[in-house]
Amino acid sequence: MIIPDFRISPRVDQVGIEERASRVTKRSIKKESKMNGLLLALNMIDLTTLEGKDTDGKVKQLCYKAQHLHDAYPGLPTVAAICVYPSMVKTAKQALGNSGVKVASVATAFPSGQAPRDVKIRDTKYAVANGADEVDMVISRGKFLMGEYNYVFDEIAAIKEACGDARLKVILETGELGSYDKVRRASDIAMYAGADFIKTSTGKISPAATLPVTLVMLEAIRDFYYVTGKMIAMKPAGGISKSKLALHYLVMLKEVLGEAWMNNEWFRFGASSLANDLLMQIVKEKTGLYQSKDYFSID
Amino acid sequence: MAKTKNNTLKLQFDTTWNYAPAPESKSIASIKPRYELFINGEFVKPSSKKYFDTINPANEEKLSEVADANAADIDKAVKAARTAYDKVWSKMPAKERAKYIYRIARMMQERAREFAVIESLDGGKPIRESRDFDVPTAANHFFYYAGWADKLEYAFPNRTAVPLGVAGQIIPWNFPLLMAAWKVAPAIATGNTVVLKPAETTPLTALKLAEIIQEADLPPGVVNIITGAGATGAAIVNHPDIDKIAFTGSTDVGKIIQKAIAGTNKKATLELGGKAANIIFEDAPLDQAVEGVINGIFFNQGHVCCAGSRLYVQESVYKTVLRKLKDRLETLIVGDPLDKNTDIGAINSKQQLETIHKYIKIGQQEGAEMFQSSCALPGKGYFCRPTLFTNVAQSSRIAQEEIFGPVLTIQTFRTEDEVIEKANNTPFGLSAGVWTDKGSKIFNMTTKMRAGVVWANTYNKFDPTSPFGGYKESGYGREGGLHGLSAYVNLI
Repeated sequence: MIIPDFRISPRVDQVGIEERASRVTKRSIKKESKMNGLLLALNMIDLTTLEGKDTDGKVKQLCYKAQHLHDAYPGLPTVAAICVYPSMVKTAKQALGNSGVKVASVATAFPSGQAPRDVKIRDTKYAVANGADEVDMVISRGKFLMGEYNYVFDEIAAIKEACGDARLKVILETGELGSYDKVRRASDIAMYAGADFIKTSTGKISPAATLPVTLVMLEAIRDFYYVTGKMIAMKPAGGISKSKLALHYLVMLKEVLGEAWMNNEWFRFGASSLANDLLMQIVKEKTGLYQSKDYFSID
Repeated sequence: MAKTKNNTLKLQFDTTWNYAPAPESKSIASIKPRYELFINGEFVKPSSKKYFDTINPANEEKLSEVADANAADIDKAVKAARTAYDKVWSKMPAKERAKYIYRIARMMQERAREFAVIESLDGGKPIRESRDFDVPTAANHFFYYAGWADKLEYAFPNRTAVPLGVAGQIIPWNFPLLMAAWKVAPAIATGNTVVLKPAETTPLTALKLAEIIQEADLPPGVVNIITGAGATGAAIVNHPDIDKIAFTGSTDVGKIIQKAIAGTNKKATLELGGKAANIIFEDAPLDQAVEGVINGIFFNQGHVCCAGSRLYVQESVYKTVLRKLKDRLETLIVGDPLDKNTDIGAINSKQQLETIHKYIKIGQQEGAEMFQSSCALPGKGYFCRPTLFTNVAQSSRIAQEEIFGPVLTIQTFRTEDEVIEKANNTPFGLSAGVWTDKGSKIFNMTTKMRAGVVWANTYNKFDPTSPFGGYKESGYGREGGLHGLSAYVNLI
């Protein structure tokens, strides 16, 4: 693979990208299309808990929820994965067993990434050794903004190596990058360095995922695919808590990358409260009535 | 940019998850079975006693029938306009005139959804466009010019602006309501009275506007709206008591009008055809440029006089741009104009569809390579797939003549000078687009393009404050903004 000069990554026009992104919100998703979209979105969720106060108890309950989203409504899919800190990976792995729900672990001194490389590698290896199927790393935004693209590239490549068979999600933390041009450049660096996924945000910085930022990244994935033949997955994370917004993301995915990406191997939502909103909408589509929040469990 | 690995890679946009039909309800649109002429504040029967059908181009069904005005009706309308001008409108304090125009604008907003549905039914344009563009922009024009009515001394400092008298206004079928607003708002804001003729295929929203004007209690005769085809238009142009002709339409008819009014005192503004160059440089934000090109040529089925119908791509990024264009083409939804998800609606008339097909055939005969989206077309109605032509030269007819449909020609270029020369090498000069990340290049290009409007890193942006009009065979005079006022006043 020929590594391009990232200083000349394609440019992004702010007005144009925001206009195109808002165009997806004009698509009208109704009836069976809405139902299928809601179910698809549910199956794409990385159900997340990333708090200082996380405990085994909290993680176990979340893992149960991941497999039993709303048993009153049979036939629902599970979420795609549970996303936790490395210290919780073992607990999650045990709780999920062979349910098919994956365990994703953040690593590399999440969320700041401000640690020496060897610490980040150990962090990653620890998560993988405890059974993580996927690793969500953060890039060194400071180095990136200093223009040290080789450093960022090498770091991602090193973490990828430490991941072994685990799939690597690279968090760009787009809310700290400052422009769509930089989001595009960071996406290119991550993909060429070996990312399996590119992911918008840690969820600890505002703004987190937005439609235009996701569009920039999806377009980067498309260009990379045409150049290398390699598919890269996408994960917008943070700030997606409503069904309607999730459907907008699916519209964007459909119109930029198409069928091959429309499943949870190639697209995820990093979210904690989205699942219950989707469940509420699914039940509403079925019964015609909105239930109160108390009818949906809040693990 | 790195080279594409191989050409077998293809994205599949025909996905298992699809959008269900989401049609806008027709029930809000009240369309009468028959419309009369709006003369002197009343709907009156035509002296010809004849009516013609207006149909829905998406299903070829009759929507209503409208009166066919002849020279006697035009005379009646011009007399009403003259009386209203002499006795009422030119004498009314400008701030009072403004109140009426504000009222029309507000009523238009209140009935925006009905206008949008009727515009889509009668003209075939997607409801997304009539709802989000045509109707709000039309209302904005009335608001904007209402604001100028009592401020003309600031528009023309140290001069006195006096109205011209009676304006005869003839508008096209591509933006029926919006063009009516472009014409009527500045004319009546400056104190003129109006005889307006909408196109024969799309008269309904103008007649709805007549209803609003009636409800707004605009003094009778200030705005008269009469319907008919070419002969009716000719009767307006040739009427001796009209002071000003404002025409938007084809260059051929524009030339006829200019001949007809030669030797008279009639003033004229003509907004005619176009064959705009849309230019992508290698340093452009390519994905947004492609989106701009799509918007430039497929907006309103390409029935746009300023459509970016000639694409010029710098050779170093040609393959990438072409691939992106084809991918985007595959995601465009062609179909029922009333469906909220439709991107490309129906071609306005059978006649226009035949013209487009004629040019597609010419393109193929000229040896150009054609690419069309693989979408299915509805069984009934006038529809055309979005179409690209590559392997096109300056000397190809499809790159020279206005097609007025969803057909884009694509040529390559190597240097800035070359593309300026090619872009200007056309009898038209209405608009152009430039896509580059480099500011200095934008300024260089925009000063050298001989076109009335040049968009940089965007396309098809309209605003009441911004003047619009052409060079060369694209016509003369400006509509919109401060410049749009001067077309309706004499300065003394």
